[in-house]
Amino acid sequence: MIRFEHVRKRYPAGKEALSGVSFNLEKGEMAFLTGPSGAGKSTLLKLVALIERPTRGTVLVGNQNTSRIPRRRIPHFRRRLGIVFQDHKLLDDRTVFDNVALPLLIASLRHRELERRVRAALDQVGLLEYEKSSPLSLSIGEQQRVGIARAVASRPELVIADEPTGNLDPELSLDIMKLFERFNEVGVTLLIATHDLELIDKLDHRRLRLDQGKVVDKPQLNTDC
Amino acid sequence: MNWITRYFSLHAQEFSGAFSRVLHQPFGSFMTIAVIAIALALPSGLRVMVNNARALSGSWEAAIDFTVYLEMSVDDESARTLARNIEARDDVSQVALINRTDALADFRAYSGFGEALNVLEENPLPHALVVRPDGGAQGNIAALARELDAMDETALVQLDTEWVERLRSILELARRLVDIATVLLSLAVVVVIGNTIRLEINNRRNEIEVIKLVGGSNGYVRRPFLYLGFCHGLAGGIVAAVTIGIGLSLISSPARSLAQLYDSGYRLVGLSVEQTALLLGSGAVLGWAGAAIATARHLHRIEPT
Repeated sequence: MIRFEHVRKRYPAGKEALSGVSFNLEKGEMAFLTGPSGAGKSTLLKLVALIERPTRGTVLVGNQNTSRIPRRRIPHFRRRLGIVFQDHKLLDDRTVFDNVALPLLIASLRHRELERRVRAALDQVGLLEYEKSSPLSLSIGEQQRVGIARAVASRPELVIADEPTGNLDPELSLDIMKLFERFNEVGVTLLIATHDLELIDKLDHRRLRLDQGKVVDKPQLNTDC
Repeated sequence: MNWITRYFSLHAQEFSGAFSRVLHQPFGSFMTIAVIAIALALPSGLRVMVNNARALSGSWEAAIDFTVYLEMSVDDESARTLARNIEARDDVSQVALINRTDALADFRAYSGFGEALNVLEENPLPHALVVRPDGGAQGNIAALARELDAMDETALVQLDTEWVERLRSILELARRLVDIATVLLSLAVVVVIGNTIRLEINNRRNEIEVIKLVGGSNGYVRRPFLYLGFCHGLAGGIVAAVTIGIGLSLISSPARSLAQLYDSGYRLVGLSVEQTALLLGSGAVLGWAGAAIATARHLHRIEPT
């Protein structure tokens, strides 16, 4: 589902964020992307979402070479991708329902189908009763769950998450990860960047450890980090 | 629901969104709409005034009579025949014959030279025809005057339209100036709306980023701003039309008194239905254009980071 081949990313300032990253994430896999802050986790996810382009190397997403996607096709590419952010990036002047509906509106889904999918996504994250609320009236953990509902509402095959539990306490963090596991169980491929090793020790998934711009692949059931 | 109704329902949503945004920021929107309304009302109002002046000068023109003095040799009978013949023309609405005997009697009565005229052995006045043209274009009147002048019986045609022509030239000049003002102020509307939209884009930078992150194309992001520009322009056009209406009603009463002093029943002409539609339409189109320029310049710069 995601394949990196000798990917380098150097920012104009001269800092090299990724220096030769190669890995392959199979369809249906769930993996954690770990490493100290500044190791390039966010950069790697930005390359997947085409927010950034690699300086060198190839990034394939869903068997599609992202370097062949022209700028104007990027929106269509992103519609097949769910993205979860650390700061959830909800729009405060819209209701929870409208926030989750946003990607579906953009994909110009029919009204009835749109309502159905938004309610289903909100139900999955357990926030159906808050659909008319403002995101501001929710707790941070609930806001993050709205963000996840938005990411999965369009039923993408691939979901990437950048520090989705960065602002949450351990208990809420585990809830969020369990939620991701449930999506994984129905076939969604997930790549989750986190520095919370204690948390992912409780979960049995593949880990990609980024260190000094390189990936050290750790298979499942490896407790050493 | 097929794609057409889906397309329109999407646009209807965006439109109502833009409209509610105008209502949500009453003061900022009011300022923008007021500026647009002034910029639209000024040229339109001036145009209404010029049109009124033209209509008024047109009515004067139609009322121009000219006098044809006949040769002294023409007798009563042939003068009457000539008057009937001229009156039969298509471009003449009325001919009045002033008989030389009547003319002398009038002159005697009104001029105060009564006694002096008794000295004259002969009536020195010729027959005269007062011709009222059938209110056509200026060119026809001149041509008619030339034709009447060319007749054997005619001694002199007296036609004084020079002042009307001067007024026409002045009005033509005024019309051109209004045209120039219209172009400049239309540009001002585009700039004002463009600037409003630019500020709005900056205010909603965060929202634009999020929409782009979840797959919104530039077209999708642009649409609400275009509608916002459209709404501002349309509202400006409506306020401008209302302003012109109020302005005309304020001056219509003194204008009527003035017209009455000149024995004219002339009434001010306001915006016609077509002109009102044109005013609102241009407001909306200019608003749309301003928004299109602003979004083209500023929207693509906002990309998620």
